[in-house]
Amino acid sequence: MKKLFARLYLGLILLMLYAPLIFIAVSSFTESRVLGNWTGFSTKLYSNLFSGEMSNSGLMSAVNNTLLIALIAALVSTLLGTLAAIGIFHSRGRRKNVVMFLNNIPMVNPDVITGVSLFLLFVFLGVTQGYVSVVLAHITFCTPYVVLNVLPKLHQMNPKTYEAALDLGATPGQALRKVLIPQLMPGMVTGFILAFTMSLDDFAVTFFTRGTVGLETLSTFIYTDARKGGLTPELRPLMTIIFIVVFALLLIFNIRQERAAKKKALLK
Amino acid sequence: MARIQNIIGKRSNWSFPYAVFLILFVALPMVLIMGYAFVKEGGGFTFSNITRFFTDSDALSTFAVSIEIALETTAICLLLGYPVAWLLANSKFNKSSITIVIFILPMWINALMRTLATADLFNMLGITLGKGTLLFGMVYDYLPFMIYPIYNVLRRMDPSYAEAAQDLGAKPAKVFTSVTLPLSLPGITSGIMMVFMPTVSTFAISEFLTNNKIKLFGTIIQENINSSMWSYGAALSFIMLIIIGLTSLLTSSSEEDNVAEGGLI
Repeated sequence: MKKLFARLYLGLILLMLYAPLIFIAVSSFTESRVLGNWTGFSTKLYSNLFSGEMSNSGLMSAVNNTLLIALIAALVSTLLGTLAAIGIFHSRGRRKNVVMFLNNIPMVNPDVITGVSLFLLFVFLGVTQGYVSVVLAHITFCTPYVVLNVLPKLHQMNPKTYEAALDLGATPGQALRKVLIPQLMPGMVTGFILAFTMSLDDFAVTFFTRGTVGLETLSTFIYTDARKGGLTPELRPLMTIIFIVVFALLLIFNIRQERAAKKKALLK
Repeated sequence: MARIQNIIGKRSNWSFPYAVFLILFVALPMVLIMGYAFVKEGGGFTFSNITRFFTDSDALSTFAVSIEIALETTAICLLLGYPVAWLLANSKFNKSSITIVIFILPMWINALMRTLATADLFNMLGITLGKGTLLFGMVYDYLPFMIYPIYNVLRRMDPSYAEAAQDLGAKPAKVFTSVTLPLSLPGITSGIMMVFMPTVSTFAISEFLTNNKIKLFGTIIQENINSSMWSYGAALSFIMLIIIGLTSLLTSSSEEDNVAEGGLI
């Protein structure tokens, strides 16, 4: 009885969380321009998406921009954040506290504040806003998460291995590549994925730092589209595909983690 | 050359590039918000941008509405989310660590798109867009942020505390109120912060969910910045920063452990 109630409650919450997503997925299979209008089953929106029909709407270039920005931002954040984490781990006192304090600011700040503050920075420095400013802004709010994912791995590893590598004649660069990075890899991968997904999802920071050169990411495209009244129908199949890919990736990632954890527990 | 080798070889120096980056892209922008808010054009200190806010009835009422909506959203998320976290962390009801992923997964889909779909869903069901739909949309958007930290704390809790209370004769309700609930407080404060902070500062979302009937504080900031009223926009951002600062002071002790856990994957 108790179990039934529990299932029912969890089911209701899940239904609430997934209703809009299911709604998008279902209406991706009809041609109607208005979301929520069913005009018969059709896969036309999907074929539009892949046939190059959309090349003039700006949707495809928005998707490309989003992916490219996320990739660059995540890569740079991972490198910068990993080096920073190693540095933070090995420093003490005020220097460590100042870096950690500044590192926390972008995580605590609301997107709007991060966006406005960076907008003011680029205005102040006289930098033309566009691709570069958006990428820099994304690196700013992504790197803290890399730092926080790499730090625990440093606590877990033996710090002497790096010194051993140096004693055996490796340069700091070699020791970093051959000794440190392999051990920090799990934290770097998690940090990279977090950075990538946060960059993909961002709207507010991009909105304030993209300038007036007409740069659109998926989020700003959707915003402009909705402001004009009526979303481009092809967004529905696109979102459905993204949802399925993300769903699959996260499930695989977590199932693998659970298996690894179980194996570890068995070995003990 | 050997000197350079020495500097690079010292690992504490490896955070130097990031430190420079942080000063340029985090510290300086924060200083600039205060600069634009408190410095007159042409120099000199001024309070006029702040006093303007306190005499701007539009901005004041928007501010009050934003706080109210954020508080209500946070309260509803806590009421709905705590039982979910408790059930998922309880091995009697859920044995897999994958289930939680299914609950936080919608967060990975573009929030604007989800919000617009929610609004269209209401339209289709014939529900008028207004405060009710705004609250629903906000709860829908931020519920996973409440569930996850509470779940994390509950799952790591040593079950022997609750068992001990039970063995000593406490009824289930008593066990919950005097053992489980107090021990899960760090998760609750962390969840409150993770819901309250983004809700109090959202922009665009409320306009879409209420058909432009309810405007929130984030939108006022955006409107001022976009119409080149940078000083006033910066002053409003500064006021928002104070709210955020106060909230994080109230909850700071518990928040760090959760973030350090490794984020939301």
